[in-house]
Amino acid sequence: MSAVAVRLRSRRKGVGLGLVAWLLGIVFFLPIAWMALTSFHSEEDAATNPPSFAASLTLDGYREFFGAGGGASPWPALINSTVASVASTLFVLVLALPAAYALSIRPVKKWTDVLFFFLSTKMLPAVAGLLPLYLFAKNTDMLDNIWLLVILYTSMNLPIAVWMMQSFLAEIPVAIIEAARVDGAKLPTILTRVVAPIALPGIAATALICFIFSWNELLFARVLTGVVAETAPVFLTGFITSQGLFLAKVCAASLVISLPVLAAGFAAQDKLVQGLSLGAVK
Amino acid sequence: MTATTTAPVATTPMHTTRQPSARLRAWATRAPLLPALVFMIVVTQLPFVATLVISFFDWNALYPDARHFTGIDNYREVLTDADLRHSVWTTVLLTVAVVLASLVLGLVLALLLDRKFKGRSVVRTLLIAPFLVVPVAAALLWKHVLYNPEYGLFNGLLHYVGGPQPDWISNTPLLAVEASLVWQWTPFMMLILLAGLQSRDNEQIEAARVDGASDWQIFRHLTLPHLRRYLELGALLGSIYIVQNFDAVFTITSGGLGTANLPYTVYQSFYQAHENGLASAAGVLVVIGSIIIATFALRVVSSLFREEVSRA
Repeated sequence: MSAVAVRLRSRRKGVGLGLVAWLLGIVFFLPIAWMALTSFHSEEDAATNPPSFAASLTLDGYREFFGAGGGASPWPALINSTVASVASTLFVLVLALPAAYALSIRPVKKWTDVLFFFLSTKMLPAVAGLLPLYLFAKNTDMLDNIWLLVILYTSMNLPIAVWMMQSFLAEIPVAIIEAARVDGAKLPTILTRVVAPIALPGIAATALICFIFSWNELLFARVLTGVVAETAPVFLTGFITSQGLFLAKVCAASLVISLPVLAAGFAAQDKLVQGLSLGAVK
Repeated sequence: MTATTTAPVATTPMHTTRQPSARLRAWATRAPLLPALVFMIVVTQLPFVATLVISFFDWNALYPDARHFTGIDNYREVLTDADLRHSVWTTVLLTVAVVLASLVLGLVLALLLDRKFKGRSVVRTLLIAPFLVVPVAAALLWKHVLYNPEYGLFNGLLHYVGGPQPDWISNTPLLAVEASLVWQWTPFMMLILLAGLQSRDNEQIEAARVDGASDWQIFRHLTLPHLRRYLELGALLGSIYIVQNFDAVFTITSGGLGTANLPYTVYQSFYQAHENGLASAAGVLVVIGSIIIATFALRVVSSLFREEVSRA
Protein backbone atom coordinates (compact mmCIF):
# COMPACT_ATOMS: atom_id res chain seq x y z
CA MET A 1 0.00 0.00 0.00
CA SER A 2 1.36 3.42 -0.89
CA ALA A 3 1.83 6.08 1.75
CA VAL A 4 -0.80 8.28 0.06
CA ALA A 5 -3.44 5.57 0.11
CA VAL A 6 -2.67 4.89 3.77
CA ARG A 7 -3.09 8.55 4.57
CA LEU A 8 -6.37 8.78 2.67
CA ARG A 9 -7.76 5.75 4.44
CA SER A 10 -6.73 7.07 7.81
CA ARG A 11 -8.28 10.47 7.05
CA ARG A 12 -11.69 8.96 6.30
CA LYS A 13 -11.48 6.93 9.46
CA GLY A 14 -10.30 10.04 11.31
CA VAL A 15 -13.59 11.85 10.64
CA GLY A 16 -15.60 8.97 12.08
CA LEU A 17 -13.39 8.66 15.15
CA GLY A 18 -13.51 12.43 15.58
CA LEU A 19 -17.30 12.16 15.80
CA VAL A 20 -17.00 9.39 18.38
CA ALA A 21 -14.66 11.62 20.41
CA TRP A 22 -17.16 14.47 20.22
CA LEU A 23 -19.97 12.16 21.30
CA LEU A 24 -18.05 10.87 24.30
CA GLY A 25 -16.98 14.40 25.22
CA ILE A 26 -20.62 15.47 25.22
CA VAL A 27 -21.70 12.42 27.26
CA PHE A 28 -19.07 13.20 29.89
CA PHE A 29 -20.00 16.86 29.97
CA LEU A 30 -23.76 16.23 30.00
CA PRO A 31 -24.12 15.98 33.81
CA ILE A 32 -22.40 19.35 34.19
CA ALA A 33 -24.45 20.95 31.42
CA TRP A 34 -27.61 19.57 32.99
CA MET A 35 -26.51 20.85 36.41
CA ALA A 36 -25.95 24.32 34.92
CA LEU A 37 -29.34 24.30 33.15
CA THR A 38 -31.17 23.03 36.25
CA SER A 39 -29.58 25.74 38.38
CA PHE A 40 -31.43 28.31 36.23
CA HIS A 41 -34.80 26.56 36.48
CA SER A 42 -37.48 27.11 39.08
CA GLU A 43 -37.71 24.35 41.70
CA GLU A 44 -40.98 23.11 40.15
CA ASP A 45 -39.44 22.82 36.68
CA ALA A 46 -36.29 21.23 38.07
CA ALA A 47 -38.20 18.31 39.58
CA THR A 48 -40.22 17.00 36.67
CA ASN A 49 -40.18 13.63 34.99
CA PRO A 50 -39.66 13.67 32.03
CA PRO A 51 -37.19 16.55 32.46
CA SER A 52 -38.24 20.03 31.36
CA PHE A 53 -35.45 21.01 29.01
CA ALA A 54 -37.10 24.17 27.71
CA ALA A 55 -38.53 25.54 30.97
CA SER A 56 -38.18 29.29 31.53
CA LEU A 57 -35.00 30.48 33.19
CA THR A 58 -34.73 32.17 36.56
CA LEU A 59 -32.07 33.14 39.10
CA ASP A 60 -34.17 31.91 42.02
CA GLY A 61 -31.87 28.94 42.65
CA TYR A 62 -28.93 31.28 43.11
CA ARG A 63 -30.97 33.69 45.27
CA GLU A 64 -31.99 30.75 47.47
CA PHE A 65 -28.40 29.55 47.71
CA PHE A 66 -27.15 32.95 48.78
CA GLY A 67 -29.67 32.92 51.61
CA ALA A 68 -32.63 34.87 50.22
CA GLY A 69 -35.07 32.27 51.51
CA GLY A 70 -33.77 32.53 55.07
CA GLY A 71 -31.30 29.65 54.81
CA ALA A 72 -27.74 29.90 56.07
CA SER A 73 -25.61 32.26 54.01
CA PRO A 74 -22.76 30.52 52.15
CA TRP A 75 -20.51 33.58 52.39
CA PRO A 76 -18.71 32.64 55.64
CA ALA A 77 -17.95 29.19 54.19
CA LEU A 78 -16.77 30.67 50.89
CA ILE A 79 -14.55 33.15 52.73
CA ASN A 80 -13.14 30.38 54.94
CA SER A 81 -12.37 28.26 51.89
CA THR A 82 -10.68 31.20 50.23
CA VAL A 83 -8.54 31.90 53.31
CA ALA A 84 -7.62 28.22 53.74
CA SER A 85 -6.79 27.70 50.05
CA VAL A 86 -4.95 30.96 49.40
CA ALA A 87 -3.01 31.03 52.68
CA SER A 88 -1.99 27.36 52.46
CA THR A 89 -0.91 27.84 48.84
CA LEU A 90 1.27 30.81 49.84
CA PHE A 91 2.84 28.80 52.68
CA VAL A 92 3.45 25.94 50.29
CA LEU A 93 5.26 28.24 47.86
CA VAL A 94 7.37 29.77 50.63
CA LEU A 95 8.45 26.32 51.85
CA ALA A 96 8.66 24.55 48.51
CA LEU A 97 10.65 27.09 46.50
CA PRO A 98 13.81 26.99 48.63
CA ALA A 99 13.44 23.22 48.99
CA ALA A 100 13.13 22.76 45.23
CA TYR A 101 16.17 25.02 44.79
CA ALA A 102 18.19 22.77 47.11
CA LEU A 103 17.00 19.75 45.14
CA SER A 104 17.73 21.01 41.65
CA ILE A 105 19.92 24.05 41.08
CA ARG A 106 22.30 23.47 43.97
CA PRO A 107 21.42 19.91 44.92
CA VAL A 108 22.22 18.51 48.33
CA LYS A 109 23.81 15.09 48.54
CA LYS A 110 21.31 12.28 48.07
CA TRP A 111 18.78 14.77 46.74
CA THR A 112 16.76 12.04 45.05
CA ASP A 113 16.23 10.30 48.40
CA VAL A 114 14.89 13.53 49.84
CA LEU A 115 12.62 13.96 46.84
CA PHE A 116 11.24 10.47 47.32
CA PHE A 117 10.70 11.07 51.02
CA PHE A 118 8.43 13.99 50.11
CA LEU A 119 6.57 11.78 47.65
CA SER A 120 6.13 8.98 50.17
CA THR A 121 4.40 11.33 52.65
CA LYS A 122 1.80 11.99 49.95
CA MET A 123 1.01 8.28 49.97
CA LEU A 124 0.17 8.34 53.65
CA PRO A 125 -3.63 8.50 53.70
CA ALA A 126 -5.32 11.38 55.51
CA VAL A 127 -7.06 9.03 57.93
CA ALA A 128 -3.64 7.90 59.18
CA GLY A 129 -3.23 10.97 61.35
CA LEU A 130 -6.79 12.20 61.62
CA LEU A 131 -7.53 11.09 65.17
CA PRO A 132 -4.32 12.40 66.81
CA LEU A 133 -4.78 15.68 64.93
CA TYR A 134 -8.33 15.88 66.23
CA LEU A 135 -7.25 15.15 69.81
CA PHE A 136 -4.40 17.64 69.49
CA ALA A 137 -6.74 20.32 68.17
CA LYS A 138 -9.25 19.62 70.91
CA ASN A 139 -6.67 19.91 73.68
CA THR A 140 -5.12 23.09 72.30
CA ASP A 141 -8.41 24.83 71.48
CA MET A 142 -7.61 24.75 67.80
CA LEU A 143 -10.84 22.98 66.80
CA ASP A 144 -12.98 25.03 64.45
CA ASN A 145 -10.02 27.24 63.64
CA ILE A 146 -9.33 27.91 59.97
CA TRP A 147 -5.57 28.21 60.58
CA LEU A 148 -5.39 24.59 61.63
CA LEU A 149 -6.73 23.70 58.18
CA VAL A 150 -4.18 26.06 56.63
CA ILE A 151 -1.37 24.08 58.30
CA LEU A 152 -2.82 20.72 57.28
CA TYR A 153 -3.47 21.80 53.69
CA THR A 154 0.09 23.08 53.51
CA SER A 155 1.37 19.64 54.49
CA MET A 156 -1.07 18.01 52.07
CA ASN A 157 0.22 20.02 49.10
CA LEU A 158 3.87 20.53 49.95
CA PRO A 159 5.08 17.22 48.44
CA ILE A 160 3.27 17.91 45.17
CA ALA A 161 4.70 21.42 45.04
CA VAL A 162 8.26 20.29 45.80
CA TRP A 163 8.08 17.67 43.05
CA MET A 164 6.58 20.01 40.48
CA MET A 165 8.93 22.88 41.21
CA GLN A 166 11.94 20.62 41.33
CA SER A 167 11.13 19.51 37.80
CA PHE A 168 10.59 23.11 36.64
CA LEU A 169 13.79 24.40 38.21
CA ALA A 170 15.77 21.44 36.89
CA GLU A 171 14.82 22.57 33.38
CA ILE A 172 16.76 25.80 33.81
CA PRO A 173 20.13 25.36 32.08
CA VAL A 174 22.97 25.43 34.58
CA ALA A 175 25.05 27.34 32.03
CA ILE A 176 22.80 30.41 32.28
CA ILE A 177 23.21 30.55 36.05
CA GLU A 178 26.95 29.99 35.77
CA ALA A 179 27.23 32.76 33.19
CA ALA A 180 25.41 35.19 35.49
CA ARG A 181 27.71 34.19 38.35
CA VAL A 182 30.79 34.72 36.22
CA ASP A 183 29.46 38.16 35.31
CA GLY A 184 29.52 38.94 39.03
CA ALA A 185 25.82 38.57 39.83
CA LYS A 186 25.09 37.79 43.49
CA LEU A 187 22.65 35.06 44.55
CA PRO A 188 19.60 37.34 45.07
CA THR A 189 20.11 38.85 41.63
CA ILE A 190 20.47 35.42 40.06
CA LEU A 191 17.28 34.26 41.76
CA THR A 192 15.16 37.25 40.84
CA ARG A 193 16.59 38.04 37.39
CA VAL A 194 17.50 34.62 36.02
CA VAL A 195 15.68 31.85 37.86
CA ALA A 196 12.34 33.54 38.58
CA PRO A 197 11.41 34.61 35.04
CA ILE A 198 12.05 31.13 33.65
CA ALA A 199 10.35 29.33 36.52
CA LEU A 200 7.33 31.63 36.82
CA PRO A 201 4.85 29.73 34.59
CA GLY A 202 5.66 26.53 36.47
CA ILE A 203 5.29 28.23 39.84
CA ALA A 204 1.91 29.61 38.78
CA ALA A 205 0.69 26.17 37.69
CA THR A 206 1.89 24.65 40.95
CA ALA A 207 0.02 27.31 42.91
CA LEU A 208 -3.20 26.68 40.98
CA ILE A 209 -3.03 22.92 41.58
CA CYS A 210 -2.39 23.41 45.31
CA PHE A 211 -5.33 25.80 45.39
CA ILE A 212 -7.59 23.17 43.79
CA PHE A 213 -6.66 20.42 46.25
CA SER A 214 -7.18 22.72 49.25
CA TRP A 215 -10.48 24.03 47.97
CA ASN A 216 -11.79 20.46 47.39
CA GLU A 217 -10.72 18.95 50.71
CA LEU A 218 -13.55 17.55 52.84
CA LEU A 219 -12.39 15.02 55.45
CA PHE A 220 -10.17 17.30 57.56
CA ALA A 221 -12.58 20.21 57.22
CA ARG A 222 -15.52 18.05 58.21
CA VAL A 223 -13.82 16.64 61.31
CA LEU A 224 -11.88 19.68 62.48
CA THR A 225 -14.24 22.58 61.82
CA GLY A 226 -17.69 23.45 63.09
CA VAL A 227 -19.76 26.61 62.81
CA VAL A 228 -17.02 29.22 62.61
CA ALA A 229 -14.41 27.73 60.31
CA GLU A 230 -16.71 25.64 58.10
CA THR A 231 -15.46 25.51 54.49
CA ALA A 232 -17.43 25.42 51.23
CA PRO A 233 -17.36 21.60 50.83
CA VAL A 234 -18.60 21.24 54.42
CA PHE A 235 -21.35 23.72 53.59
CA LEU A 236 -22.30 21.50 50.65
CA THR A 237 -22.67 18.47 52.93
CA GLY A 238 -25.75 20.27 54.28
CA PHE A 239 -27.45 19.20 51.05
CA ILE A 240 -26.84 15.49 51.54
CA THR A 241 -30.31 14.77 52.87
CA SER A 242 -33.17 15.84 50.62
CA GLN A 243 -35.14 18.86 51.72
CA GLY A 244 -38.25 18.90 49.55
CA LEU A 245 -37.89 20.74 46.29
CA PHE A 246 -34.29 21.91 46.29
CA LEU A 247 -32.67 20.69 43.07
CA ALA A 248 -32.15 24.14 41.54
CA LYS A 249 -30.59 25.31 44.78
CA VAL A 250 -28.27 22.25 44.98
CA CYS A 251 -27.20 22.81 41.39
CA ALA A 252 -26.58 26.52 41.95
CA ALA A 253 -24.58 25.75 45.10
CA SER A 254 -22.52 23.00 43.46
CA LEU A 255 -21.77 25.17 40.47
CA VAL A 256 -20.83 28.30 42.41
CA ILE A 257 -18.57 26.33 44.74
CA SER A 258 -16.95 24.48 41.81
CA LEU A 259 -16.34 27.63 39.77
CA PRO A 260 -12.98 28.55 41.35
CA VAL A 261 -11.74 25.00 40.75
CA LEU A 262 -12.95 24.95 37.14
CA ALA A 263 -11.28 28.32 36.53
CA ALA A 264 -8.00 27.31 38.18
CA GLY A 265 -8.03 23.92 36.45
CA PHE A 266 -8.50 25.32 32.98
CA ALA A 267 -5.88 27.99 33.65
CA ALA A 268 -3.38 25.28 34.63
CA GLN A 269 -4.56 22.81 31.95
CA ASP A 270 -1.17 22.34 30.32
CA LYS A 271 0.60 21.58 33.57
CA LEU A 272 -2.27 19.66 35.14
CA VAL A 273 -0.90 16.21 34.26
CA GLN A 274 2.51 17.06 35.58
CA GLY A 275 1.05 18.18 38.88
CA LEU A 276 -1.34 15.27 39.25
CA SER A 277 1.33 12.72 38.44
CA LEU A 278 3.63 14.45 40.94
CA GLY A 279 5.97 15.49 38.17
CA ALA A 280 6.46 11.97 36.83
CA VAL A 281 4.81 12.77 33.49
CA LYS A 282 5.63 15.84 31.46
CA MET B 1 6.74 6.41 56.40
CA THR B 2 9.87 6.62 54.39
CA ALA B 3 10.71 5.92 50.79
CA THR B 4 11.25 2.21 50.45
CA THR B 5 12.40 2.18 46.87
CA THR B 6 15.91 2.55 45.73
CA ALA B 7 15.96 6.09 44.47
CA PRO B 8 17.94 6.76 41.33
CA VAL B 9 21.47 7.80 42.05
CA ALA B 10 22.13 10.79 39.92
CA THR B 11 23.95 13.75 41.30
CA THR B 12 24.76 16.82 39.30
CA PRO B 13 27.12 18.71 41.55
CA MET B 14 28.01 22.19 40.37
CA HIS B 15 30.86 22.65 42.81
CA THR B 16 33.02 19.77 43.78
CA THR B 17 35.91 21.84 45.03
CA ARG B 18 36.82 20.85 48.58
CA GLN B 19 37.44 23.79 50.82
CA PRO B 20 38.21 24.04 54.53
CA SER B 21 34.68 25.28 55.15
CA ALA B 22 33.20 22.31 53.32
CA ARG B 23 30.95 21.38 56.21
CA LEU B 24 29.68 24.91 56.50
CA ARG B 25 29.01 24.97 52.80
CA ALA B 26 27.18 21.66 53.00
CA TRP B 27 24.90 23.11 55.64
CA ALA B 28 24.39 26.24 53.58
CA THR B 29 23.28 23.99 50.73
CA ARG B 30 21.00 22.05 53.02
CA ALA B 31 19.50 25.09 54.75
CA PRO B 32 16.82 25.93 52.15
CA LEU B 33 15.57 22.37 52.37
CA LEU B 34 15.21 22.16 56.13
CA PRO B 35 12.03 24.19 56.76
CA ALA B 36 10.03 22.08 54.33
CA LEU B 37 11.53 18.84 55.61
CA VAL B 38 10.98 19.61 59.28
CA PHE B 39 7.44 20.82 58.57
CA MET B 40 6.54 17.61 56.76
CA ILE B 41 7.95 15.38 59.47
CA VAL B 42 6.13 17.24 62.24
CA VAL B 43 2.76 17.51 60.50
CA THR B 44 2.55 14.11 58.79
CA GLN B 45 4.85 11.63 60.55
CA LEU B 46 4.21 12.51 64.20
CA PRO B 47 0.41 12.13 63.98
CA PHE B 48 0.86 8.76 62.34
CA VAL B 49 3.16 7.60 65.12
CA ALA B 50 0.48 8.74 67.56
CA THR B 51 -2.13 6.76 65.62
CA LEU B 52 0.10 3.72 65.85
CA VAL B 53 0.40 4.12 69.63
CA ILE B 54 -3.32 4.71 70.14
CA SER B 55 -4.14 1.63 68.06
CA PHE B 56 -2.73 -0.52 70.88
CA PHE B 57 -5.07 0.99 73.47
CA ASP B 58 -8.64 0.21 74.39
CA TRP B 59 -9.85 3.76 74.43
CA ASN B 60 -13.39 5.03 74.10
CA ALA B 61 -13.47 8.83 74.23
CA LEU B 62 -16.68 8.70 76.28
CA TYR B 63 -14.94 6.68 79.00
CA PRO B 64 -11.47 8.21 79.06
CA ASP B 65 -10.67 6.80 82.52
CA ALA B 66 -11.08 3.23 81.31
CA ARG B 67 -8.25 3.65 78.81
CA HIS B 68 -5.73 0.83 78.93
CA PHE B 69 -3.17 -1.01 76.85
CA THR B 70 -4.60 -3.99 74.98
CA GLY B 71 -1.86 -5.04 72.61
CA ILE B 72 -3.20 -6.20 69.29
CA ASP B 73 -6.81 -6.64 70.43
CA ASN B 74 -8.01 -3.72 68.30
CA TYR B 75 -6.51 -5.28 65.21
CA ARG B 76 -8.06 -8.62 66.09
CA GLU B 77 -11.40 -6.87 66.48
CA VAL B 78 -11.08 -4.93 63.23
CA LEU B 79 -10.18 -8.07 61.34
CA THR B 80 -12.86 -10.25 62.94
CA ASP B 81 -15.72 -7.74 63.23
CA ALA B 82 -18.09 -8.51 60.35
CA ASP B 83 -18.84 -4.85 59.60
CA LEU B 84 -15.23 -3.80 59.65
CA ARG B 85 -14.13 -6.76 57.59
CA HIS B 86 -16.83 -5.88 55.14
CA SER B 87 -15.44 -2.36 54.89
CA VAL B 88 -12.00 -3.74 54.07
CA TRP B 89 -13.60 -5.74 51.27
CA THR B 90 -15.61 -2.71 50.11
CA THR B 91 -12.45 -0.62 49.95
CA VAL B 92 -10.74 -3.19 47.75
CA LEU B 93 -13.77 -3.60 45.52
CA LEU B 94 -14.36 0.14 45.18
CA THR B 95 -10.72 0.89 44.41
CA VAL B 96 -10.21 -1.91 41.91
CA ALA B 97 -13.49 -1.29 40.08
CA VAL B 98 -13.05 2.47 39.81
CA VAL B 99 -9.39 2.31 38.81
CA LEU B 100 -9.92 -0.37 36.15
CA ALA B 101 -13.03 1.20 34.65
CA SER B 102 -11.58 4.70 34.52
CA LEU B 103 -8.30 3.39 33.16
CA VAL B 104 -10.00 1.58 30.27
CA LEU B 105 -12.29 4.53 29.52
CA GLY B 106 -9.38 6.91 29.88
CA LEU B 107 -7.35 4.85 27.41
CA VAL B 108 -10.15 4.90 24.84
CA LEU B 109 -10.53 8.66 25.22
CA ALA B 110 -6.79 9.27 25.10
CA LEU B 111 -6.50 7.23 21.89
CA LEU B 112 -9.37 9.22 20.36
CA LEU B 113 -7.88 12.54 21.44
CA ASP B 114 -4.44 11.60 20.16
CA ARG B 115 -5.71 11.97 16.57
CA LYS B 116 -6.26 15.32 14.93
CA PHE B 117 -9.89 16.28 14.34
CA LYS B 118 -12.02 19.41 14.29
CA GLY B 119 -12.55 20.84 17.75
CA ARG B 120 -10.10 18.53 19.48
CA SER B 121 -9.19 21.09 22.14
CA VAL B 122 -12.89 21.74 22.84
CA VAL B 123 -13.52 18.02 23.37
CA ARG B 124 -10.44 17.83 25.59
CA THR B 125 -11.82 20.68 27.69
CA LEU B 126 -15.26 19.03 27.91
CA LEU B 127 -13.61 15.81 29.06
CA ILE B 128 -11.45 17.43 31.73
CA ALA B 129 -14.40 19.27 33.27
CA PRO B 130 -15.73 16.38 35.43
CA PHE B 131 -12.39 16.21 37.22
CA LEU B 132 -12.68 19.92 38.04
CA VAL B 133 -15.98 19.71 39.88
CA VAL B 134 -15.53 19.84 43.67
CA PRO B 135 -15.83 16.17 44.75
CA VAL B 136 -18.68 16.81 47.18
CA ALA B 137 -20.53 18.80 44.52
CA ALA B 138 -20.01 15.99 42.01
CA ALA B 139 -21.35 13.47 44.51
CA LEU B 140 -24.38 15.68 45.21
CA LEU B 141 -24.95 16.04 41.48
CA TRP B 142 -25.04 12.26 41.03
CA LYS B 143 -27.08 11.60 44.16
CA HIS B 144 -29.84 14.15 43.67
CA VAL B 145 -29.79 15.32 40.09
CA LEU B 146 -28.96 12.12 38.22
CA TYR B 147 -29.91 9.17 40.46
CA ASN B 148 -33.09 10.49 42.08
CA PRO B 149 -35.74 7.86 41.28
CA GLU B 150 -38.58 10.37 40.82
CA TYR B 151 -37.07 13.31 38.95
CA GLY B 152 -33.43 12.41 38.32
CA LEU B 153 -32.02 12.81 34.83
CA PHE B 154 -31.37 9.08 34.35
CA ASN B 155 -34.96 8.07 34.98
CA GLY B 156 -36.12 11.13 33.05
CA LEU B 157 -34.22 9.93 30.00
CA LEU B 158 -35.40 6.33 30.56
CA HIS B 159 -38.94 7.69 30.63
CA TYR B 160 -38.60 8.78 27.00
CA VAL B 161 -37.82 5.27 25.84
CA GLY B 162 -40.42 3.76 28.13
CA GLY B 163 -37.76 2.09 30.24
CA PRO B 164 -38.00 1.09 33.90
CA GLN B 165 -37.63 3.65 36.69
CA PRO B 166 -35.12 2.06 39.06
CA ASP B 167 -34.04 3.46 42.40
CA TRP B 168 -30.36 3.48 41.46
CA ILE B 169 -28.82 4.11 44.87
CA SER B 170 -30.99 1.60 46.77
CA ASN B 171 -30.73 -1.12 44.13
CA THR B 172 -27.01 -0.91 43.41
CA PRO B 173 -25.46 1.32 46.09
CA LEU B 174 -21.82 0.45 45.53
CA LEU B 175 -22.17 0.65 41.78
CA ALA B 176 -23.79 4.08 42.17
CA VAL B 177 -20.79 5.33 44.15
CA GLU B 178 -18.39 3.73 41.69
CA ALA B 179 -20.07 5.25 38.62
CA SER B 180 -19.76 8.76 40.02
CA LEU B 181 -16.09 8.17 40.84
CA VAL B 182 -15.37 6.69 37.40
CA TRP B 183 -16.91 9.82 35.89
CA GLN B 184 -14.56 12.00 37.94
CA TRP B 185 -11.40 9.92 37.53
CA THR B 186 -11.56 9.02 33.84
CA PRO B 187 -10.26 12.49 32.87
CA PHE B 188 -7.29 11.98 35.20
CA MET B 189 -6.38 8.69 33.53
CA MET B 190 -6.98 10.21 30.11
CA LEU B 191 -4.56 13.08 30.80
CA ILE B 192 -1.78 10.76 31.97
CA LEU B 193 -2.26 8.34 29.06
CA LEU B 194 -2.51 11.18 26.55
CA ALA B 195 0.83 12.48 27.79
CA GLY B 196 2.17 8.95 27.29
CA LEU B 197 0.78 8.73 23.76
CA GLN B 198 2.26 12.06 22.81
CA SER B 199 5.71 10.95 23.92
CA ARG B 200 5.65 8.08 21.40
CA ASP B 201 8.14 7.88 18.57
CA ASN B 202 6.07 9.03 15.57
CA GLU B 203 8.61 8.02 12.97
CA GLN B 204 8.60 4.46 14.18
CA ILE B 205 4.81 4.30 13.91
CA GLU B 206 4.82 5.93 10.48
CA ALA B 207 7.41 3.40 9.33
CA ALA B 208 5.37 0.48 10.67
CA ARG B 209 2.30 1.85 8.87
CA VAL B 210 4.11 2.17 5.56
CA ASP B 211 5.31 -1.39 6.04
CA GLY B 212 1.66 -2.41 6.11
CA ALA B 213 1.07 -2.86 9.83
CA SER B 214 -2.62 -2.61 10.74
CA ASP B 215 -3.86 -0.14 13.36
CA TRP B 216 -4.43 -3.02 15.73
CA GLN B 217 -0.91 -4.37 15.22
CA ILE B 218 0.55 -0.92 15.80
CA PHE B 219 -1.52 -0.55 18.94
CA ARG B 220 -0.72 -4.02 20.22
CA HIS B 221 3.02 -4.07 19.50
CA LEU B 222 4.12 -0.42 19.62
CA THR B 223 1.63 1.72 21.50
CA LEU B 224 0.69 -0.61 24.33
CA PRO B 225 4.25 -1.54 25.35
CA HIS B 226 5.15 2.15 25.32
CA LEU B 227 2.07 2.98 27.39
CA ARG B 228 2.69 0.23 29.94
CA ARG B 229 4.38 2.41 32.47
CA TYR B 230 1.88 5.21 32.02
CA LEU B 231 -0.92 2.71 32.60
CA GLU B 232 0.87 1.53 35.74
CA LEU B 233 1.37 5.07 36.92
CA GLY B 234 -2.28 5.95 36.32
CA ALA B 235 -3.45 2.80 38.09
CA LEU B 236 -1.20 3.33 41.09
CA LEU B 237 -1.81 7.05 41.55
CA GLY B 238 -5.52 6.44 41.02
CA SER B 239 -5.44 3.68 43.64
CA ILE B 240 -3.69 5.92 46.15
CA TYR B 241 -6.34 8.61 45.75
CA ILE B 242 -9.35 6.27 45.58
CA VAL B 243 -8.31 4.03 48.50
CA GLN B 244 -8.59 7.21 50.57
CA ASN B 245 -11.91 8.27 49.10
CA PHE B 246 -14.26 9.69 51.66
CA ASP B 247 -16.30 12.35 49.87
CA ALA B 248 -18.33 10.15 47.54
CA VAL B 249 -19.14 7.47 50.11
CA PHE B 250 -20.02 10.10 52.70
CA THR B 251 -22.24 12.07 50.33
CA ILE B 252 -24.00 9.49 48.19
CA THR B 253 -24.78 6.74 50.71
CA SER B 254 -23.42 8.08 54.02
CA GLY B 255 -21.68 4.74 54.32
CA GLY B 256 -25.02 2.93 54.34
CA LEU B 257 -26.21 -0.04 52.27
CA GLY B 258 -22.86 -1.78 52.64
CA THR B 259 -20.80 0.95 50.98
CA ALA B 260 -18.73 2.01 54.01
CA ASN B 261 -15.08 1.84 53.03
CA LEU B 262 -12.18 2.01 55.48
CA PRO B 263 -11.71 5.79 55.50
CA TYR B 264 -15.43 6.20 56.17
CA THR B 265 -15.28 3.53 58.88
CA VAL B 266 -12.34 5.25 60.55
CA TYR B 267 -14.23 8.54 60.45
CA GLN B 268 -17.35 6.95 61.85
CA SER B 269 -15.74 4.90 64.59
CA PHE B 270 -14.09 7.87 66.23
CA TYR B 271 -16.34 10.74 65.18
CA GLN B 272 -19.62 9.03 65.98
CA ALA B 273 -18.76 5.96 68.06
CA HIS B 274 -15.80 7.59 69.84
CA GLU B 275 -13.84 4.34 69.62
CA ASN B 276 -10.38 5.87 69.41
CA GLY B 277 -8.44 2.62 69.67
CA LEU B 278 -10.48 0.81 67.03
CA ALA B 279 -10.43 3.79 64.69
CA SER B 280 -6.66 3.96 64.95
CA ALA B 281 -6.24 0.27 64.25
CA ALA B 282 -8.43 0.63 61.15
CA GLY B 283 -6.41 3.70 60.18
CA VAL B 284 -3.17 1.75 60.47
CA LEU B 285 -4.65 -0.92 58.22
CA VAL B 286 -5.45 1.73 55.58
CA VAL B 287 -1.84 2.85 55.83
CA ILE B 288 -0.53 -0.69 55.39
CA GLY B 289 -2.71 -1.06 52.29
CA SER B 290 -1.40 2.25 50.99
CA ILE B 291 2.21 1.30 51.68
CA ILE B 292 1.77 -1.82 49.58
CA ILE B 293 0.39 0.23 46.69
CA ALA B 294 2.87 3.03 47.30
CA THR B 295 5.89 0.75 47.12
CA PHE B 296 4.91 -0.13 43.59
CA ALA B 297 3.95 3.43 42.77
CA LEU B 298 7.28 4.77 43.95
CA ARG B 299 9.07 2.22 41.82
CA VAL B 300 7.18 3.33 38.71
CA VAL B 301 7.67 7.03 39.42
CA SER B 302 11.31 6.31 40.11
CA SER B 303 11.86 4.57 36.78
CA LEU B 304 10.14 7.36 34.83
CA PHE B 305 12.12 9.87 36.85
CA ARG B 306 15.43 8.13 36.20
CA GLU B 307 14.65 8.29 32.50
CA GLU B 308 14.04 12.04 32.77
CA VAL B 309 17.27 12.60 34.66
CA SER B 310 19.35 10.58 32.26
CA ARG B 311 17.75 12.31 29.31
CA ALA B 312 18.49 15.76 30.74
